[in-house]
Amino acid sequence: MSDDLLVRVEGLSRRYGEQRVVDDLSFNLAKGQILGFLGPNGAGKSTALRMLAGVLAPDAGRIVIDGHDLLDEPRRAKQAIGYLPERPPLYQELTVDEQLQYSARLHGLGRAAARSGVARVKERCGLTGVGKRLNANLSKGYQQRVGIAQAILHDPPAIFLDEPTVGLDPLQVQEIRTLIGELKADHGVILSTHLLVEVQATCTDVHIIKAGRSVYASPLALLEQHRASGCLRVGLRAPPPPAALRQLAGVERVEELGQGRFRLHHAPEVILHRAVLEQSRARNWDLWELVPERADLERIFVELMLAERSVE
Amino acid sequence: MMGVIAGRELRGLLWSPLAWTLLAVVQAWVAWIFLILLDEFGALQGRLVGLEHAPGVTDLVAAPLFRVAAWCLLILTPLLTMRLFSEERRNRTLDLLLSSPVTITSMVLGKYLAVLVFLLGLNVLVALMPLSLAAGATLDFGKLAAGVLGLSLLAMSFTAVGLYFSTLTAQPAVAAVATLGLLLFLSVIDAASIGRQGAGELFRYLSLFRHYDALLLGLFDSADVAYYLLLSVAFLGLAIRRLHDGRLRD
Repeated sequence: MSDDLLVRVEGLSRRYGEQRVVDDLSFNLAKGQILGFLGPNGAGKSTALRMLAGVLAPDAGRIVIDGHDLLDEPRRAKQAIGYLPERPPLYQELTVDEQLQYSARLHGLGRAAARSGVARVKERCGLTGVGKRLNANLSKGYQQRVGIAQAILHDPPAIFLDEPTVGLDPLQVQEIRTLIGELKADHGVILSTHLLVEVQATCTDVHIIKAGRSVYASPLALLEQHRASGCLRVGLRAPPPPAALRQLAGVERVEELGQGRFRLHHAPEVILHRAVLEQSRARNWDLWELVPERADLERIFVELMLAERSVE
Repeated sequence: MMGVIAGRELRGLLWSPLAWTLLAVVQAWVAWIFLILLDEFGALQGRLVGLEHAPGVTDLVAAPLFRVAAWCLLILTPLLTMRLFSEERRNRTLDLLLSSPVTITSMVLGKYLAVLVFLLGLNVLVALMPLSLAAGATLDFGKLAAGVLGLSLLAMSFTAVGLYFSTLTAQPAVAAVATLGLLLFLSVIDAASIGRQGAGELFRYLSLFRHYDALLLGLFDSADVAYYLLLSVAFLGLAIRRLHDGRLRD
């Protein structure tokens, strides 16, 4: 496992003036992982990626990429990085071929290696027909593809993609996701997104980022296991003591949410709502809400975001 | 890496109509002055015959021509340098450079060299005009060489100043105006110092064209050359510094 470790980040912090944009962020990325930075806009995802790519200097913390410290050996570390910023960095006056050729040369590829590399990524990113077109005349979707092609052109072990599917149509989104999935085989990928589905569709791991802090980190496979258990949220105007709810057949645990709301945890195969309905009618609990819930990423995300908001 | 950046920048310059327009305008303007100077020299020639240590064609045509060319450079260079970094910043392409394994020093020097190569080409075109007189007159090649050297040194310093200002802003026009402002200021900084001691001496040393005039007279003083080299190195250093700081700030 440690042989495959591509990125090690320890205590990464960055502030703009008084505001902490990224606060003590630590994580590892290994080959075969696709790590999703998930968070609302302005959570510090882009800032974190900019620091990882060496565009922005961190205030504190260490970034080691493919065994090279980004601050001590920037050239070697950056050689191992492919980075797609929020807006693909394209020269408007260049054609796609020229842009990719230049980018390849910037990353130290020789003339011949650059040419074959460009041909390869164009194939891979579906750019074969547009090589002679100017970047300025490309649609947003194609510009995004050129940006991704540019990021993987020099075959870097670590790839950082900032919002790679923003502004694309559903078909293009699907293509890009497939591409990112393919990259997993011999790269480590970090992508940032504010879309849950994005993470669920492509990532192996997730970091939920809120106000620059990592508030939740987990492999997605673990979440799948959680999903195996079910939840039912009930709202009662005349709630009984929680112990009464615990006695319902199939309930494993009762979580009190306040204001007459409860979360009833149960085994996935149990169908609970009928029992709740019947008991409510029989004992006059006055049921007003009955919502099946899953212990999936969405709930965790929403809960985390709401919890923080109510604190603020 | 530096070569890659310089090559790309130079190609971009040569593909843009701006560079060719500037080149054409400067050529036309300098050629017009050249013809006027030649005409005046022709009128003067009769009176110069028989004078001891009479100024030659190099002094009366080449030197004033180079002086005009220097002013052209001063106005033109900011237009060539204004885009260097400000446009990278505005289009966010600076991220590509900063995330690639290219040092900031290579970026700055690469872009600097590209503009310099273009301006040196322009200087050669300017120098060809007085050189063409060699067909029918005796030229002082030493003075001519000193003039070309002076013009090249000016190009180096102007480019360095312009490059620095382009790292400060995302607006090319702002960079151009700021560059022009500083260059104009440096060229008149000695105006108030005539006949004064102390601080006046300093202002005279800082003056842009004083060292150039010395070269045009054929006086090669390493202090004059050092002035332009120092100016270039200082502003390139500032530009590198500024880009490093940019990684800390924004």
